[in-house]
Amino acid sequence: MEFLQPDSWADALAAKAAAPDALPIAGGTDVMVELNFARRRPPALLDLSRLPEMTGWALEGGRLRLGAGVTYADLTGERHGRSTESTDSPGSTDSRDGLGRDGLGRDGLGRRLPGLAMAARTVGSPQIRNRGTIGGNLGSASPAGDCHPSLFAAGAEVEVASVRGTRLIPIDDFFTGVKRSALAPDELIAAVWIGAPSGPEQFAKIGTRNAMVIAVAAFGLALHPDRRSVGTGIGSAAPTPVRAGQAEAFLAAALEEAGLWESRAALPESVVTEFGARVNAAAQPIDDVRGTAAYRRHALAVLARRTLTWAWSDYQRAGAGDGLTGADGGKR
Amino acid sequence: MRVTATVNGTQHQADDVWPGESLLFVLRERMGLPGSKNACEQGECGSCTVYLDGVPVCSCLVAAGQADGCDIVTVEGLADGDGSLHPVQQAFIEAGAVQCGFCTPGLLVAAHDLLARDPDPADADVREALAGNLCRCTGYEKILEAVRLAAARLTASGAGVAGAGAGAPGAGAPGSGAPGVREGL
Repeated sequence: MEFLQPDSWADALAAKAAAPDALPIAGGTDVMVELNFARRRPPALLDLSRLPEMTGWALEGGRLRLGAGVTYADLTGERHGRSTESTDSPGSTDSRDGLGRDGLGRDGLGRRLPGLAMAARTVGSPQIRNRGTIGGNLGSASPAGDCHPSLFAAGAEVEVASVRGTRLIPIDDFFTGVKRSALAPDELIAAVWIGAPSGPEQFAKIGTRNAMVIAVAAFGLALHPDRRSVGTGIGSAAPTPVRAGQAEAFLAAALEEAGLWESRAALPESVVTEFGARVNAAAQPIDDVRGTAAYRRHALAVLARRTLTWAWSDYQRAGAGDGLTGADGGKR
Repeated sequence: MRVTATVNGTQHQADDVWPGESLLFVLRERMGLPGSKNACEQGECGSCTVYLDGVPVCSCLVAAGQADGCDIVTVEGLADGDGSLHPVQQAFIEAGAVQCGFCTPGLLVAAHDLLARDPDPADADVREALAGNLCRCTGYEKILEAVRLAAARLTASGAGVAGAGAGAPGAGAPGSGAPGVREGL
């Protein structure tokens, strides 16, 4: 087995073009498990952990570009923020969502992307979050990947590159099957693009304990008051992460019809219940060692109701002016 | 391939390394440092936790080549060279936090890192920081006691834990010389 260790992004793309079978490795938290257990013997490893182009994040044209090498710990801020490219002042942080004493990331990344930060916070353990990357999560393309529901909810795009050029893949088109993605053999994941949230985001995950657990079911939710829409993402309940499109359309219409985006009045219980039912209906779960299909459907309806209740309460609070939610509390 | 790294302040070199093997294997089998333990090989148990350029990681999940040129601190590097234990280690012994001892090296590194970042952690913070380290002798209560004891002593002595990099970017970077942990008491 060869070990390819490019020291620039251009060299990495050239290496991948020359050796499309080379297995990219960044944090190693998925790849090394496969190697340790001899489940995989790629002809070469392509180490991406030393490429400065992959780390850090930036605000570009109102959207956040997260290098594929951004770690879960970068998102949670638990190591006081190791990313370096903040382009404007992150302002004050808060920690009301229980992401630890440091809140949502001292450098502001997690505060800007609260849903993704919450998801990152549920990954593995501190040791895993220190190494595992958002690009690796996408590259592994597990239906249980913890970042995916929040990326669906936010409407993210994946920037992939090869010597042939760069393209943006909408997150809805990125996953093509269990552990399969739209990535061409010569392509590498360069970054993830996410619009700055205009409203609250939430994430919830069911597992057997709070640490070191693969999701039995997961759900991400984003309210987009700027465009009067709702984003969702379901994890671990279909061959790929999926969007609950009908639940999104139902909730957006319900909010619109009752003037709730403006009034921020209490959500009718019937709306919350129907939203949960439609999320339940969007899942295509299977029975497996972690849980039954029936349990996953039930859990998703609960997670959907729960996250909607939290998000709506965040939205109401933001309207009351304490600015606790989203990147700008939905006030933009 | 050849892997060269600074481990516990000393330059180590290993030859004929298979690129797919883990840093843990290199440390234990090629560099003669068996302190880091090999249990799950999938990042679940934390027994192999080491500092890699100042950041605690599961060494079983670092490919050997990824560690080339890096600064590594293992459990063997926590204590001073004079034979005295680091206060975190001493506290583990006194609190009875060591039973079979297999999880201990990883717990020591994780606890050491926690106290470097937060000298007075709340119990919830301790549990969170140690969530990636499994003890199958069910000794968690004693382990919590040990961390509280170490925190109290380090705070009382005013020494703190000189981080191997936690919250101090650059410390423990390749070529920075002796790891910062050696300065901690």
